[in-house]
Amino acid sequence: MESIHADVIIVGAGGGGLRAAIAIAQSNPDLKVALISKVYPMRSHTCGAEGGAAGVKGADDSLELHFNDTVSGGDWLCDQDVVEYFVRQAPRELVQLEHWGCPWSREDDGSVAVRPFGGMKKKRTWYAADKSGFHILHTLFQTSMQFESIKRFDEFFALDLLHRDGTCRGVVAMEMRSGLFFKFQAPAVILATGGSGQVFPFTTNGAVKTGDGMAMAYRAGVPLKDMEFVQYHPTGLPGTGILLTEGCRGEGGILVNRHGYRYLQDYGMGPETPIGEPVLKTMELGPRDRLSQAFWHEQKAGNTVETPWGDCVMLDMRHLGEKKINERLPLVRELATYYVGHDPVSDPVPVRPVVHYMMGGIDANINGETPMPGLFALGETACSGLHGANRLGSNSLTELLVAGKRSAERAAEYAQQAGSGGESPAVDALAEDIVKGVRELLLQKGDESLSGLRREMRNALEEGAGIYRDEASTSAACDTVAELKQRYAAIEVHDKSNIFNTDLQQALELRNLLDVAETVAEGSLQRRESRGAHQRLDYTERDDEEFLKHTLAFRNPEGRPRLEWLDVTITRSKPGVRDYSGDKKS
Amino acid sequence: MSKRELTLEVMRYDPEQDTEPYFQSYSVPCEQDWAILDALNYVKEEIDTTLSYRWSCHMMVCGSCGMMVNGEPSLTCKTFVRDLPDHVRIEPLANMPIERDLVVVLDDPMEKMHRARPWIIRQDDPPPPDQEYVQSRAALFKFKQYTMCVNCMCCYSACPQYALDQNFIGPAALALAHRYNLDSRDQGKSQRLDILADYDGVWECSFVGACSEVCPKSVDPAAAIQQMKVDGAIEWWKQKLPGGKS
Repeated sequence: MESIHADVIIVGAGGGGLRAAIAIAQSNPDLKVALISKVYPMRSHTCGAEGGAAGVKGADDSLELHFNDTVSGGDWLCDQDVVEYFVRQAPRELVQLEHWGCPWSREDDGSVAVRPFGGMKKKRTWYAADKSGFHILHTLFQTSMQFESIKRFDEFFALDLLHRDGTCRGVVAMEMRSGLFFKFQAPAVILATGGSGQVFPFTTNGAVKTGDGMAMAYRAGVPLKDMEFVQYHPTGLPGTGILLTEGCRGEGGILVNRHGYRYLQDYGMGPETPIGEPVLKTMELGPRDRLSQAFWHEQKAGNTVETPWGDCVMLDMRHLGEKKINERLPLVRELATYYVGHDPVSDPVPVRPVVHYMMGGIDANINGETPMPGLFALGETACSGLHGANRLGSNSLTELLVAGKRSAERAAEYAQQAGSGGESPAVDALAEDIVKGVRELLLQKGDESLSGLRREMRNALEEGAGIYRDEASTSAACDTVAELKQRYAAIEVHDKSNIFNTDLQQALELRNLLDVAETVAEGSLQRRESRGAHQRLDYTERDDEEFLKHTLAFRNPEGRPRLEWLDVTITRSKPGVRDYSGDKKS
Repeated sequence: MSKRELTLEVMRYDPEQDTEPYFQSYSVPCEQDWAILDALNYVKEEIDTTLSYRWSCHMMVCGSCGMMVNGEPSLTCKTFVRDLPDHVRIEPLANMPIERDLVVVLDDPMEKMHRARPWIIRQDDPPPPDQEYVQSRAALFKFKQYTMCVNCMCCYSACPQYALDQNFIGPAALALAHRYNLDSRDQGKSQRLDILADYDGVWECSFVGACSEVCPKSVDPAAAIQQMKVDGAIEWWKQKLPGGKS
């Protein structure tokens, strides 16, 4: 097995991983960065983000308001020290991206434009039409190319972490083009591998988002935090699950049911606002959890529209006019026209909630530090406590930048203090074990189908950990996932080639997904309250007495995960009522 | 929704086992609204798990799934069953070595992107860290189109010049260099000139426009290349004049 030494290893080359790599290259050009990614960086799913990135900009806005929106949006499960740091750093990071060439949309005076977004009291979402994530990713990738200290390992699939005496030492990865295994060693490892929307059947997430980093950390004994909080985005295209950005509603699009009625006013987000004049934090600009829950109720009440792809509501943008749609929402127009045959200029577009984002992830703090020394995590793969029980749209792209830089600085510092640690027979033995496991998987015979197990897992989670949950359904999901993990031992990888073996890769990804799935199901079962994106039909109220706490899911080799509870950091905002009625009620 | 049976004739090649590529046929019951990528995913899940190809976003932005569909370089998530005949031939992108099945080796176009120096180069200091550049909408419009490239490499596959001479830097890399040259925040044009205007650069393009025709994102690399030829000629003369660099 070839051995590669670096000072800092970054796994994942999306927005977070690239931002981290650039930060180290700029501040410590002598440190060798190994940037490992299972796809070429520009394929990373940061490219799928559309709406924009939040950071205080206008003179009428303040850090305090951004803090308040984020904390109440997260139903007070946010760690407030993290939120304070985040809102303070956000504007500077977004300007930094501007200096690097990000093609942000502009106001008449040539300054960067901002748009309204759900749950945000002020216009503070910086955007590049409706391809904000795409442009952020390409800007970061292209900017990163000038730094010689960043060595890229594109299409290297990371398998498992190397660690010794509870300290992280590196990672083993497989090169897709050769099937060869590589032992990457460094004192600091940063995981920036994104989320795991692929544990669900219907998701906006690209195929690459299989929770690899989460699962690697989990198998190494690091807990996953708040995994029961799964964000359904309210406006996905039916059939494919393709995202239609919240920017559609930010620009003035409305949601109607089969009667042409703007039903959100019946779910605590009214009173109705005039069409074409969106009011911040009201109606269609409510938070994602509330909007997706409202759909569920409308569907139960028979108010949704039947389409060839199932029940939907209609997103009506016709009143925006062709010019505005072309300027602000060109991708949305293209996607809706190509995939469901509805041009938003002339037709309302059918939409339904779709799994979009994991609020939970690897237990990390504001510095990206995890409980395992030497291991750092950031972005969707981590849970720093920023998003609490429900992330506000446009906070996550900014998080990649703020946390990317911060984690990189801390990891670089750590790497310099810790030193390389030298060769270790124990680490070598662990690396051999990891490779042996993959070789055995490749050779094993069995009658279970990979895609069959994956489908069963996805359906179990949708049933048991969907928009609404209850004891019986989540309990069943826990049992099903446990059973699927047993049956995984009987899958067979039919492709025996060493070269770009995607059959093997998908089998390894399914192992990661199953690890993630069991934590989502277990958290959903044991959190017996309703908060943010976690809604229980049998425990309908938020219960701060018992559950103003994070869950920590630890892997239990003997069976289902073990859960611990961790206090939430409250600095200045005591838990209160989430109000999305504009200024009308308050 | 009614299904339609499509015959996919897919190129297969495993360098460990096969001396040369061959075609394998799959019969796929397609939904009418499927993209060709959905049909490939059906093959992978239901018929033959050994087929290898790249894909991820399924929404026309990650650029992974470029392949030849009936001879045309295409993003397969943007190529729809409804627009195709019953018999569809799928091959890896042309002009690049096959790595495995529908996966091509991307080393060369990736290296060429790097040679375009696709980052903001400044002679003057940038604004302070809390201050943006002012950029008018008109200034943004000048280069915006060239930022849309998803690096699917369909243009390399369509380019007759690249097919003849792999030293040619190629459409996407030239469009990328042009994107930065046109950005009002950038001052690096002269640094990109050296790389692009030499024998592997813009002069090699025979301007048949095949790159722009196949571009799934309407980036129009051919227009970028033409504009760069003009710019390159002006810069070349500038440097030859008294007081110029050379």
